[in-house]
Amino acid sequence: MPNIRLGTEGVLALLILALCILLGFTTDTFLSLQNLFDLLNNQSVNIIFAVGLVVVLIAGGIDISFAVAASVVQYVVLTLLMPIGGGNWFFGIALAMACGAVLGLFNAFLIHQFRIVSIIATIGTFNLYFGLLMYFTGGVSIYDIPDWLYDAVPLVALPAERGTATLYLPVAVMIVMSLLTWFILARTGFGRAVYGYGSSPEAALRSGVRAWQIQAFAYGWLGLCAGVAGLMQAHIVQEAVPNALNGQELPILASVVLGGATLGGGRGTVIGAILGVLLLAVVQNGLNLMGVTPYAFQMIVGFIILVAITASNLGKILPGKARAREV
Amino acid sequence: MMDIAISAKHISKVFGQVRVLDDVAFELRRGEVLCLAGENGCGKSTLIKIINGVYTPEAGAEFQFGDDKVSGVTPHDARHRGIHVIWQDLALFPHLTVAENIVFDDYVASPLRPLSRKKAHDEARRIIGKIGADLDPDMLVEDLSIAKRQLVAICRVMRAEAKIIFMDEPTASLTAREVKALLDIARTLSAQGISIVFVSHRLSEVLDVCQRVTVLRNGKLVGTYPTEGMTQARLSELMTGRELTQEPRAAGKVGELLLELQGLSRTGEFEDVSLKLHRGEILGLAGLLGAGRTELAHVIFGMHAPSSGRMFKDGKPLALSSNRDAVAAGIAYVSEDRLNLGLVQNQSINMNTAATVLPELEAPRFFLSPKRIRQLTADWIARLQTKVSNAELPVSSLSGGNQQRVVLAKWLATKPDVLILDCPTVGVDVGAKQGIFTIIRDLADQGMSIILISDEAGELWYNSDRILLLRDGRLVEEARPSDIKEEELEGMINA
Ligand SMILES: Nc1ncnc2c1ncn2[C@@H]1O[C@H](COP(=O)(O)OP(=O)(O)OP(=O)(O)O)[C@@H](O)[C@H]1O
Ligand SMILES: [Mg+2]
Repeated sequence: MPNIRLGTEGVLALLILALCILLGFTTDTFLSLQNLFDLLNNQSVNIIFAVGLVVVLIAGGIDISFAVAASVVQYVVLTLLMPIGGGNWFFGIALAMACGAVLGLFNAFLIHQFRIVSIIATIGTFNLYFGLLMYFTGGVSIYDIPDWLYDAVPLVALPAERGTATLYLPVAVMIVMSLLTWFILARTGFGRAVYGYGSSPEAALRSGVRAWQIQAFAYGWLGLCAGVAGLMQAHIVQEAVPNALNGQELPILASVVLGGATLGGGRGTVIGAILGVLLLAVVQNGLNLMGVTPYAFQMIVGFIILVAITASNLGKILPGKARAREV
Repeated sequence: MMDIAISAKHISKVFGQVRVLDDVAFELRRGEVLCLAGENGCGKSTLIKIINGVYTPEAGAEFQFGDDKVSGVTPHDARHRGIHVIWQDLALFPHLTVAENIVFDDYVASPLRPLSRKKAHDEARRIIGKIGADLDPDMLVEDLSIAKRQLVAICRVMRAEAKIIFMDEPTASLTAREVKALLDIARTLSAQGISIVFVSHRLSEVLDVCQRVTVLRNGKLVGTYPTEGMTQARLSELMTGRELTQEPRAAGKVGELLLELQGLSRTGEFEDVSLKLHRGEILGLAGLLGAGRTELAHVIFGMHAPSSGRMFKDGKPLALSSNRDAVAAGIAYVSEDRLNLGLVQNQSINMNTAATVLPELEAPRFFLSPKRIRQLTADWIARLQTKVSNAELPVSSLSGGNQQRVVLAKWLATKPDVLILDCPTVGVDVGAKQGIFTIIRDLADQGMSIILISDEAGELWYNSDRILLLRDGRLVEEARPSDIKEEELEGMINA
């Protein structure tokens, strides 16, 4: 029997393709190079978050605090760098990664050491981080940011219909973070152990997998990604606003789940997470271009997620017939 | 060779208030096959988990691995020392592929080394070929039947090139042919100097493959004996502390026709099966794995629709669109795969037992009475002699054989007319097997009709009124135990 399985990624890719074609016909701007490049520029931050979050979901956990952690990182990095002359890209990214990783590791510590359920622990740190941020900043934004962070860094500029279409640095960073995460998850033994732990913690422990390593990596890596994403977000908007990322966690969680990760652990891929973000972005972009009110967007996103999850459960039911025969 | 591979002394373990292991000593020699025997719940799996660092023993334990004396172990240590385990609950990774499950220890041993999917695949192929199993390395383990998962767990340990292998009931869901292959492998490995600890409730296997047997009873060590000159009866006596005798079922009188199948087929699974089941009859279904016995049971239980043919119960046509209909029609099915289909592992023993009769327990006032649930469970625990310390604990805390009794209780609670038992004694100890068959025979004597599926010819021969043999999805023979010998039946099945 030929084993034709598209998998979640295939279905998502087809959906995105279909939507693009549809939008190409119904709007005259969607398929323009500028619009597509902008889509990538705008989604790079979300994708960096998403590839971090998928690691936590694969390991069988969940994290609510990462977007707030990213805001914290923005503030910490800027407050540390401004007095010493502003630093440079290298310092900035390294500091953002370190700072984000520490915030993530704190989650891992709570979850592993005190056996707190991950959702409870990260709701706790979400509030903790946000409260501290508001307390120390007084809710005031930072507009005075170093030049290297302020100036846009174009990477690819192509002539397009109206002027040029440009891809900026965050896209490159997004690609690097995605590749790194993909490599760790798919090409190292440790990455496979993360899947194993998410799939069956008990079996993994009996195989000699150390739970603390998995937890530390998963939450630490998400923190690191969040740090990078935070820095990129400040770079794109050229300022740091304390509640700019607040509320981003749920749409990103939704995209990752759309990309095939489950709250039960053991499932999910980097490609899936990226495609999940892109699908929602294309829908949003398309609705914008068609002049639909932004309020409709949330509704439609909710609908897509429900349909997607039902469909994947349907998928489980259908081969279930074949499975029962195996019994 | 008298080299010691593992020696463990003063091993005790207390769960809550219950002392499940009491100052047990365990010794494994290099290159021997040692059996760990004992009734369900005597602590075999717990001992294995302690030696592998999954559970920490009570203070005072001493371990020796080869020449190393240590006071504690972790799972990582154990793997590092070349100790590998086929766990009773398999402990596989459902979301990973067969190949990945087989090479998983590699992932742990070398977390950084980039490994190729192809290599994992080829490795898996090689090992699967070596034990002669029929497995697709690319399938997800969650899509496999329990028997195939068992094979994956075996492959995994074969792959590890272990020095010491613990096999906790590895043969429980295998067919005769696969069991034979596994026992051959065990012999080959032990000839290469690998030590094997083998747990099985099939005493014939134990006496066949093991050189020594360590017997536990109720968490205490009874002793270690050479298997030479040991008989099954003597071993059962050591395990249970009492003498067991087995009597063939007296050819009783059976009642009127209850269930009839006419030309029942399901494409690709079984074809043209016609049979009659009478009240109070125990009908044995014999055959090899894949002969269509379980598939037939699924159709009678309404889980799958037949592609043609008809069913009658009490002379009326029986149309089942789901197993709910089957339960309503008085049909119950005890699945062979108790870990997945039969029980909700993290729910209490009480809830699992009551799961099938909740509506009844709600009557007449539409709320569940915890007291009635407890009574029901307590009643079945007593009748089936299940070893339970507290029925509020999750089912997963029970030993394998005791879980099987909970499944049985759950279905008996529906008071069915037709009870289909799919390998009901897999993983159940000798004493309990007899207990279960006593119950089954009593049920039949009270008028229940029973379809008994089993891989063990002896079990069928002793307990059935009539035996039907399925081969490749077709009924090929019918026999009565009174007309043939046990060995003849065995021969017919394996022909
Ligand atoms: N995690 C646990 N919590 C509480 N009780 C437990 C736990 N694990 C095992 N037990 C109890 O310890 C006893 C020994 O269990 P164990 O699984 O070692 O038995 P076993 O000899 O392997 O039996 P079987 O032949 O049925 O597999 C049982 O009574 C069981 O209920
Ligand atoms: Mg056991």
